[in-house]
Amino acid sequence: MIVLEKRPQPSQAWSLATPLVAVLATMFFGGLLFAALGKNPVEAIMTIFWEPLFGEFSFYYRPQLLVKGAPLVLIAIGLSLGFKAGIWNIGAEGQYIMGAIVGAGVGLAFYPLEAWYIFPLMVIGGALGGWAWAMIPAFLKVRFGTNEILVSLMLVYVAEQMLASVSLGLLKNPEGFGFPGSRNFQSYASAYNADLIEGSGMHWGVVAAFIAVIFAYVLLNRHMLGFHIRLTGEAPRAARFAGVNPARLILFCLGLSGALAGLAGLFEVSGPSGQVSIDFNVGYGFTAIIVAFLGRLHPVGILLAGSLMALTYIGGEIAQSEMGLPAAAIQVFQGMLLFFLLAFDLLTNYRLRLALKEVA
Amino acid sequence: MDLSEINPVLLIASLMVAATPLLLAAIGELVVEKAGVLNLGVEGMMIIGAICGFAITVETGSTFVGFLAAALGGAVLSLLFVLLTQVALANQVASGLALTLFGLGLSALMGQSYVGVKPPDTPELNIPGLSDLPVVGPILFSHDLVLYFGIALIAAVWAVLKFTRVGLILRAVGENHDAAHALGYKVIRIRVLAIMFGGACAGLGGAYISLVRVPQWTEGMTAGIGWIALALVVFASWKPWRVLLGAYLFGGITVLQLNLQAAGVAIPVEYLAMSPYIITILVLVILSADKSSAPASLGRIFHASH
Repeated sequence: MIVLEKRPQPSQAWSLATPLVAVLATMFFGGLLFAALGKNPVEAIMTIFWEPLFGEFSFYYRPQLLVKGAPLVLIAIGLSLGFKAGIWNIGAEGQYIMGAIVGAGVGLAFYPLEAWYIFPLMVIGGALGGWAWAMIPAFLKVRFGTNEILVSLMLVYVAEQMLASVSLGLLKNPEGFGFPGSRNFQSYASAYNADLIEGSGMHWGVVAAFIAVIFAYVLLNRHMLGFHIRLTGEAPRAARFAGVNPARLILFCLGLSGALAGLAGLFEVSGPSGQVSIDFNVGYGFTAIIVAFLGRLHPVGILLAGSLMALTYIGGEIAQSEMGLPAAAIQVFQGMLLFFLLAFDLLTNYRLRLALKEVA
Repeated sequence: MDLSEINPVLLIASLMVAATPLLLAAIGELVVEKAGVLNLGVEGMMIIGAICGFAITVETGSTFVGFLAAALGGAVLSLLFVLLTQVALANQVASGLALTLFGLGLSALMGQSYVGVKPPDTPELNIPGLSDLPVVGPILFSHDLVLYFGIALIAAVWAVLKFTRVGLILRAVGENHDAAHALGYKVIRIRVLAIMFGGACAGLGGAYISLVRVPQWTEGMTAGIGWIALALVVFASWKPWRVLLGAYLFGGITVLQLNLQAAGVAIPVEYLAMSPYIITILVLVILSADKSSAPASLGRIFHASH
């Protein structure tokens, strides 16, 4: 009989290996799923993981990797700080939407003025929008002890209704012939989040994502606040004795993750998506949860995990158009990844040992 | 705007229908949490139940078989949660989220060929005489059987938790798993059964949405009801009858806002549609001050070293 034996210290090697093992297991079982759907599993996996990087049209897909990866990394970095401290913000999707609405609103308010300061103001607006939306669960948790998981999630549905409301009303394009959705930022130079180098996919959101990774790395490894975050997650009692203020930590972690999610929303709506519309959000806020865990809540890991997730999005789209693989299959594939990751994580904290069955 | 169009009798009858999915999912989760496990995957299990129930009902033509399949589907999905939290000892919050994300994807995949299909009607109770009574008839005696089953389930859970040995053991495991283990109770086995019960209830609740409440299949149709069910358990302070009360309250709000939309009240549709979620938050705030009734071992990982 196999018994579990708790390791005195989490295994460093397994901690690094589990994401890889999880990806391999997901490829295998994902392949089985694709086979069950009547597709050639090897071809499907190759299409998802190889085609976007080295295939015939990779010159088109590679920039997309940055476009899709940036919001995921940006959001996941914020979430990871909270997750590390046991603060569960799962409403990033709502903060992403609110950031986009506020940021886009700031930009549209200046229309048709052209000035250098409009885009920076939009960025600030986006961050503030997301921050404010995340401060609702943060404040309620600090003041009343309300569960932040449920509140932040409920606010996603509220934000979706807000989005529907503004795309049909407040921010609707007055010259849009009655169609829902705002003006397109592509035709408004001062507010458009264009590629910094034409055709590279490198827009300001990508820059922000890289800055966030570096910032988080420094914060966690070189700063007292980062140490407090780690301490609270690993040993809450010790943290309390060390004088960590839990309320401040909650406000900081939720506020920062909200601001980053809001930024991601603003960069998306003013760039790749182009306009505020009812369904411009595609679930990055939820996928970012998978990214944060897959990256082991470590900034560099999240960068890699975000790239991998972006790959499955792009590869999934290719497989959809070329092989007729249903879009939902990719969603299942991404969900599977989180499953295997959590399952294999057992090996980080426990050792498997063969033992004779004994009476307890 | 014409508020007189809103018929109070029909309102009450339809709020009972709107409350049933919530009620089923919440009473299941209550048992799970009483055993000391926090399963945030209710939404995922509900949506899997919704599609399983819908697909099987359409294929077999029998709603009874459909609801059975839904309960089975929810329970099978909950086994994944069992695997993660009871076998691999993973974090329950993360595992619950994984379950929801996976369930939403899988249900979309399974439901592709069922979009736009109309399911057979669910049979309704019809007692000649009683069902035809004014006011009382439509409210009490002319619903589908699952609705009555939901209420009976509340009573059953209450009785089992309060009066039976099984209920006592379940609560002991949830309050202090180390002590329960020391007394020789199989903590993991009891929790696995509780989680599967929760999954089956969530599955039933989901199928009620796709077969009775709406009735059709659309992707992501549970729209947060699983999460509201989680909030409802907190609202009910882990007491079965309060789940019933809470579910009817939320059902009432949902139905009322739909009625107001239809009556053309001056409030924009979007604001009415977000009201159930906002009210859930408000209720959570009001009730979160008192955490004393929560099971003491809720969300903690159990690992017997000996």
